[in-house]
Amino acid sequence: MKKIEIVIRPTKMEAVCSVLERNGYPGLMITEIQGHGKQKGLTQQWRGQEYKLTFLPKLKIEAVIKDKDIKAVLKEIRDSAFTGEIGDGKIFVSNVEDVVRIRTDERGESAL
Amino acid sequence: MKYKILLFAMLALVLSAVFFSSFAVAAPAVADSSGTLTGTIQDVPAAAAGKPTIEEVAAVAGHNKISINMIWTLLCGFLVMFMQPGFAMVETGLTRAKNAGHTMAMNFLVYPLGMLGFYICGFALMFGGVGPLATLGGFGGLNHEFTISLFGKSFGLFGLKGFFLTGPSSYDIGVFAMFLFQMVFMDTTATIPTGALAERWKFSSFCLYGLLVGMVIYPVYGNWVWGGGWLSMLGQNFKLGHGHVDFAGSSVVHLTGGVIALVGAWIVGPRLGKFNKDGSANAMPGHNIPMAIIGTFILAFGWFGFNAGSTLAGTDLRISVVAVNTMLASATGAMASTLWMWFFRTKKPDPSMMANGMLAGLVAITAPCAFVSSVSACIIGLIAGVLVVESVYFVEGKLKLDDPVGAISVHGVNGAFGCLALGIFADGSYGDGWNGVAGTVKGLLYGDPSQLLAQCIGIASNFIYVGLFSIVIFKLIDVFVGNRTQPINEIEGLDVPEMGVVAYSGIKMDKNSETPLSK
Repeated sequence: MKKIEIVIRPTKMEAVCSVLERNGYPGLMITEIQGHGKQKGLTQQWRGQEYKLTFLPKLKIEAVIKDKDIKAVLKEIRDSAFTGEIGDGKIFVSNVEDVVRIRTDERGESAL
Repeated sequence: MKYKILLFAMLALVLSAVFFSSFAVAAPAVADSSGTLTGTIQDVPAAAAGKPTIEEVAAVAGHNKISINMIWTLLCGFLVMFMQPGFAMVETGLTRAKNAGHTMAMNFLVYPLGMLGFYICGFALMFGGVGPLATLGGFGGLNHEFTISLFGKSFGLFGLKGFFLTGPSSYDIGVFAMFLFQMVFMDTTATIPTGALAERWKFSSFCLYGLLVGMVIYPVYGNWVWGGGWLSMLGQNFKLGHGHVDFAGSSVVHLTGGVIALVGAWIVGPRLGKFNKDGSANAMPGHNIPMAIIGTFILAFGWFGFNAGSTLAGTDLRISVVAVNTMLASATGAMASTLWMWFFRTKKPDPSMMANGMLAGLVAITAPCAFVSSVSACIIGLIAGVLVVESVYFVEGKLKLDDPVGAISVHGVNGAFGCLALGIFADGSYGDGWNGVAGTVKGLLYGDPSQLLAQCIGIASNFIYVGLFSIVIFKLIDVFVGNRTQPINEIEGLDVPEMGVVAYSGIKMDKNSETPLSK
């Protein structure tokens, strides 16, 4: 199983969530975060003085995906979150050792 | 049986009502829904009912004239009081959320602090020698002005009647109306420096200032211009126009406030993180633009009371010209600052500068509003709108002073400009006998260059007196309680350490609002 952490623009939340749901993964976790990548935010001005909005609001969506689905899901997520502008985000993929369903004590992929 | 008693009691009640109502005094027999039947000769108090003599009618006319003047003065005073929340909202909206409780508290407490200072001795120092209040009944109890003799002329410096509004010199309805009206003007001055010194002024230092500005700083200069003091007498004494003329307070209120703000910002120093070692400035964006805009509208609304009310007479029908001039200058001020930013400075119409522009126009028209044409009012506002933007850049960029809300530029610079504008644009259509000089008030463009000179003297003496006095006061307060908050409090937010409460409890602050690190 793989855990994916998807960092996207807040405006892309519905698109990405519907991808996960379509692929049979209705469960997910959303965190509101602030951050920036290499380009370090936007330039604004206040009363004639320029300043940088260094931290931009983003959304982080975490979900655990079965190994057999990971390739297709990654492609679909990337397509749905894409705009072509700077700040589209990233997806981090890591291994998951085990999953427990608390209600029934199921383990492994069937607990997803 | 019980029902019979109840029935009998009700019958008795109805019958007695009919019986007693037949004894009613002769009252209008017809209900008046159009208003055309109410208010007749019957309402004139007369020895012979319904047949007043000419003297009795004249007495009512005189009383009504004063009544109109008093109602006007009081209502306009109430409008100016409402400028306090306007200032509070502008200042809090243009500063950071972590200090909102402190900024609001300063703007709130300055109202009672200044008022009580003015009540204790400020009003007496300012108006103790003003003489009869002609439009409010003519009572002349405020008749003791302290003067010195210079160049063979009498120089009025401050008044000495009216302390605590008590005694035979002051417990008069005209004096009380005057006190209320003048007090809300004083509090307008008092609340200006809280904007320039926001986000680092220690609350205890501010409280001492609040009391002193109402007690002494504002009133003495005010006496010189409005209380019969020496600036108002420059016309009578030295043939300089009508003396220093300031209809509603560009110098008395706004320049005074702006100079105190300038001195305070200089002495107390900039906010941490505002300036870098190379002198460049860091932006510290305000947290609530909607609040600042609404506050500006509240101020513009209150300004109708500020300027038009300064006739102290609803029967002086110049009030319509005053009100319209005020309105027009506010509009051209806002347009000028907006377009100036949009096309010549940042290429964006900045809302906070829009607001500053409207306020600058209002400040600049405050002195000349009763004396200029509508076209002049528009021009004055236009110049003020550009002036305030350039002044903000100058104060921050060249003077290296931290003025979070532009108080120095809006009130100080444009207060001075407003006085000059009077000396240039006054068109001679109003003001006959002003400050005891015959003829209407005229400026440079309408034939009286000496008026401009009188205005310059008024501005210079404000700068010198208020400037020096403020330096002394700030230095003294620093010795006793210290002017500035601790650096750690300034960085974390003043609300909890200074006020004990968080303004926005439960709301997470944006990371972008962190205090910038000075480079």
